[in-house]
Amino acid sequence: MSRWWLAVFLSGSAFAQTGGQTARIDTGDTAFMLVAAALVMLMAPGLAIFYGGLVRASSVLNTMMMSFAAMGIAAVAWIAVGYSLAFGPGGNALIGGLSQAGLAGTLSGVTGTLPTPLFVIFQLLFAVITLAVVSGSVVERMRFPAFVLFGTIWVLVVYAPLAHWVWSTDGWLFKLGLLDFAGGTVVEVASGVSGLVAALVLGPRFGFPRYVSIPHNVPLVLLGTGLLWFGWLGFNAGSALAANGIAAISLLNTNAAAAAALLVWMLWETVRTGKPTAVGAATGAVVGLVAITPGCGFVTPGAALLIGAVASTVSYFLVANKHRLFPDDALDVFACHGVAGIVGTLLTGILATPLVNPLGNGLIAGNPHQVIVQMIGILGAAALAAGGTFLSLKIVGLVMPLRMTEKEEIGGVDLSSHQEEGYETESPLGAPVFIAGD
Amino acid sequence: MKLVTAVVRPERVQQVKEALFQAGISGITLSRVSGHGGEQEIVEHYRGTRVMVEFRDKVEFRMAVSEPFVQLAVDAIVRGARTGEVGDGKIFVQPLERVVRIRTAEEGHAALTPVNETRLNPEGGQ
Repeated sequence: MSRWWLAVFLSGSAFAQTGGQTARIDTGDTAFMLVAAALVMLMAPGLAIFYGGLVRASSVLNTMMMSFAAMGIAAVAWIAVGYSLAFGPGGNALIGGLSQAGLAGTLSGVTGTLPTPLFVIFQLLFAVITLAVVSGSVVERMRFPAFVLFGTIWVLVVYAPLAHWVWSTDGWLFKLGLLDFAGGTVVEVASGVSGLVAALVLGPRFGFPRYVSIPHNVPLVLLGTGLLWFGWLGFNAGSALAANGIAAISLLNTNAAAAAALLVWMLWETVRTGKPTAVGAATGAVVGLVAITPGCGFVTPGAALLIGAVASTVSYFLVANKHRLFPDDALDVFACHGVAGIVGTLLTGILATPLVNPLGNGLIAGNPHQVIVQMIGILGAAALAAGGTFLSLKIVGLVMPLRMTEKEEIGGVDLSSHQEEGYETESPLGAPVFIAGD
Repeated sequence: MKLVTAVVRPERVQQVKEALFQAGISGITLSRVSGHGGEQEIVEHYRGTRVMVEFRDKVEFRMAVSEPFVQLAVDAIVRGARTGEVGDGKIFVQPLERVVRIRTAEEGHAALTPVNETRLNPEGGQ
């Protein structure tokens, strides 16, 4: 495959529709991608469950609701203008055109070998999961309406332009030759850096670092991890945008990196604190999935194991020292997603081999320049995420307060934000009585 | 009449209950409580956060007993709850002014005696 073919495969621009060749829909590719899209959808509720288990019982609903809200916010924003900003024709190297706002003129289109609406929904679900990941940094203190407004702006200011940079044929990082198979920069670096900046802007939770919010339901954490892992197979393999050998290798690599990272995290815990923990195992698995995301379609399974192990080690030591290094990034979005995304993106530049994918020539394949390109990609993504997040939060801050009051935070986040509780703790002493219908 | 309150380890509830029943004391109220005695704090690890849990879960037994049963109750609780390690708990004995059985409005000793129990003292006399 030439780069030109990649352009056809990886861009939702009108290129495939107007490029002069007759685009053909492939039924096998389409069938596979329909399923892959559905798998990616499952990642958001999976993440909600993962995050929900990691917070205290009195914040479980608010935490899960942020991920569920992302399923609404990002989807609507994507259809309205997000898709056009990312993949619409008529733009420049930094942003797409507005001609496909509201998905105008895309419905009968063909992207690569897929119906364009399928490409739209696949990319839409990427935006959903990325915004959901960001929420992990700000749980237990950000006001829910502020998060909804912030998320809407963020998808359009940070996510869509970054997707354009990396995956649209017009994007400057695409033209530079950045290797990012499934979103190491677009999803992971972006969410990690955005989360870190958001945590800085919002400030820490009450009593940080002395008073800690410890996981209230570790089985939920494990369940969420399982759903994330399952969905991630569609996320990464689907990024081949075709039912082919590269998709198969991506799926194999994704599983391999998660497996290695899970074991390595438990190993470090055993060495450093005596016992492997369930939360640690789950965290390790997620870190491995993050790290292999940019390289899954470019590296060998052996390299995938290495990527998982290295990322797990780096993230483990950052998390172990997070209280000294980071602001109150509640669920370690930067240490787990941001850093593992950076590690994976860099290692992709080193380990990509044409034996797996002719488009990926890394350092070991005699192309040291690729490492420089990967670094530029990481820095570009981080800069856009940091600047865009800061700007989005400042805009929201003009309209409404970003943070809960101390009273709302301490009195129970679920009660103050949603007037409901995840678990009925008061029964039967609460003695609830009916007053009226809603 | 005395109110005997005992704070014991949750894992010894079974033994304490059996010892009390054997001593003829069957009117007991239990609550889950947590507190701090002289024992060492528990350390837990959660993803880079080392947490010290400063209050331990305990179970509190409360029983109203007539004078002859006070020492029996105390001995039974000690027998059932003792492990010999720090953190076995405490027993408090307080005077009790009135006891009323709601069903019959009986007061005092009559209200303390279980319905199916005729012994008013440990020796079994009336």
